[in-house]
Amino acid sequence: MHPSIPPVSSFREYPAGGLAFAHRDLTGIAQLARHEILYLLDEAEQWLALNRQSQKRAALLAGLTIINAFFENSTRTLLSFEIAGKRLGADVVNMHAATSSVKKGETLIDTAITLNAMRADAIVIRHASSGAVRLIAGKVDCPVLNAGDGQHEHPTQALLDALTIRQALALPPGSDLNGLNVTICGDILHSRVARSNVLALTALGAQVRVCAPPALMPAEIEAMGVAVFHDFNAALKGANVVMMLRLQQERMQGQFIPSPREYRHLYGLTLDRLARAEPDALVMHPGPMNRGIEIDSQVADHLTRSLITQQVECGVAIRMACLDVLTRRARGVPGWPALSGAPA
Amino acid sequence: MIPQPITITSGRLVLPQGAALPGAIRLAEGRIVALGAVTPEPGDQVIDAGGHLVTPGLVDLGVFAVDKPAFHFGGITRAALMPDQGPPLDHPARVRFAALSGKPDMWVHPLAAATRGLEGVELAELALMRDAGARAVATGRHWIGDSGVMLRLLSYCAMLGLVVVTHAEDAGVVGQAVATAGEMATRLGLPSAPAEAEALAVGRDIALAEMTGAHVHFRQVTTARALDLVRAAKARGLRVTAGVSPAHFMLSDLELANFRTFCRLSPPLRQDADRRAVVDAIADGTIDVITSGHDPRGPEDKRLPFADAEPGMAGAETLLPLTLTLVRDGRIDLARAFDLVAGAPARILGVDAGVLRVGAEADIALVDPERPWVVSSDKMAASAGNTPFDRRPVEGRVTALFKGGTRIN
Repeated sequence: MHPSIPPVSSFREYPAGGLAFAHRDLTGIAQLARHEILYLLDEAEQWLALNRQSQKRAALLAGLTIINAFFENSTRTLLSFEIAGKRLGADVVNMHAATSSVKKGETLIDTAITLNAMRADAIVIRHASSGAVRLIAGKVDCPVLNAGDGQHEHPTQALLDALTIRQALALPPGSDLNGLNVTICGDILHSRVARSNVLALTALGAQVRVCAPPALMPAEIEAMGVAVFHDFNAALKGANVVMMLRLQQERMQGQFIPSPREYRHLYGLTLDRLARAEPDALVMHPGPMNRGIEIDSQVADHLTRSLITQQVECGVAIRMACLDVLTRRARGVPGWPALSGAPA
Repeated sequence: MIPQPITITSGRLVLPQGAALPGAIRLAEGRIVALGAVTPEPGDQVIDAGGHLVTPGLVDLGVFAVDKPAFHFGGITRAALMPDQGPPLDHPARVRFAALSGKPDMWVHPLAAATRGLEGVELAELALMRDAGARAVATGRHWIGDSGVMLRLLSYCAMLGLVVVTHAEDAGVVGQAVATAGEMATRLGLPSAPAEAEALAVGRDIALAEMTGAHVHFRQVTTARALDLVRAAKARGLRVTAGVSPAHFMLSDLELANFRTFCRLSPPLRQDADRRAVVDAIADGTIDVITSGHDPRGPEDKRLPFADAEPGMAGAETLLPLTLTLVRDGRIDLARAFDLVAGAPARILGVDAGVLRVGAEADIALVDPERPWVVSSDKMAASAGNTPFDRRPVEGRVTALFKGGTRIN
């Protein structure tokens, strides 16, 4: 048990069989109930163990085809999904679609229909526009996983972050994050990671603070159950976890901050600043990092405080769990009958 | 060919004031020749209205496409066409062509592009376009950001006696936004701009209208703050009028859930407090005009991620039934409802229509105000079914339509 946080509650009694996760797709955290988030976290624990062995292969998805359709550039997420699929024994195909050539018109729908006709068993999608994954999910017959859509959601990132925190605090399976103080700082406005994390962390009982200059703070985000800060020093007080976000320069239209060094002056996580959080506060970053801007190297590389490499490790396990759970209905796993009605 | 005179009997006449008056109306040589206690003359075609409303044909101020089947379904006999065409209505020849494009059974009143190519930089040939048939000038889908250009435009149009129809959203604040800033846009991760962008634009244009004496018509005013500015300007006696579309008094940004692109509009749907302020502004007379903003868009423009979809809705068919909801809710009376969709827009355009008056053009609709029907996006008369009111039950349907004294089938 971690010394500085209050005791957590435990929830291990999931609804039977397929009712534990009653969705065809994973388009966002917003669609998930608390027990469904916990179920995916618990399912991922077995894969963490497998991934640490030298023999990392399971045959669970042997014969299935998973298509990673990435309409936006990605290195780590794509690699993570590819490894997750392969470790489960699936045939994984990556489709790199340059955003420029497929952004407009019917092409996105046409691409979805084409992928569907190739009889994929699951499609993982990343797209630069909010809602694009939902749009595609409505046109295909197989489970769809959102690997990031615009500024909307990045659900597997939020799940892996929650798993990382649970692991770092040595919390047993079934644990939520009740009472934990988490500060998310950076470009909240343009961040799908922030939105998914706010949804997941608050659903798991954490107290979430978001911190950014006003121009990078979305309107009325208080309605999502978070406390809003513009002063990073104040936002750090009492924090058990500090989650840093990158400035998404590529999504900015116009100038949002005067300069990177001015941003660092106000919002960079330095060792000095980290001292304002709880003495053993943990540091996270979804990557890629801009060292020396939002996070200093001494913090990012801190042996006991930084969880950044653990996040990457948990990412593979979470994605394995998601691919396993979402393909159970098609694989005919007992207790997982096909869903009736519209995909949700 | 001169049409046979028509007498419509057993109707309830919707006059500029008061409750609907039981009576008849006689149309001859394209005009209304008698109203009230009228008996058919020998040789008249007699039509029994069966107790339905006899109303002026609707005048739709600010549509983006000439879509006759949809207009006729909705009882619209005249429509002011926005200059945002391909190519834009910034040349006298195009204005003349557009003015003739609906005749004889639908009159299109072109709105001349205020600036060349609608780029907001150089004034277009406004006097030549006026004389080619433009009934007013419009800035198009966008605001003119350069205040110097807008000042020169308004002073010139004040001299020419042309109303300037403007889009009220401060372009700098709006940027690439596709939604109103607030909880909904935040949850969906959509690029958004504060609702105050509208008040900023309205405030500037009211100041310029006051300087120049021009008549400025804000095509759509959708927020409480901007409506307060319009209300105050009217109280000071300025020549300022305002319109709105049914979407902005019926719907709020909650409709954006599931990224429904049929709800991607310009200006975007607002939060519910602003929606209620629009209803109040219609009731107190701050808003003069309700327009369909008819903008049919097919799947190539709408079956896209929300922010990549084009704005606009097919609104001609639902304009009247949705306006009548305000009558049923007791916010306005029937006479005022038809002033909003016919009388006021006709006065702003300076056309002799939009009202039941002896001598006026015989643009007449018969309306069954209680007839129920369900809006269905795949069964629309419009050239595309992009309506945010899909599957909504409504009441009120046009049962017959006459343009210039001739029945439209």
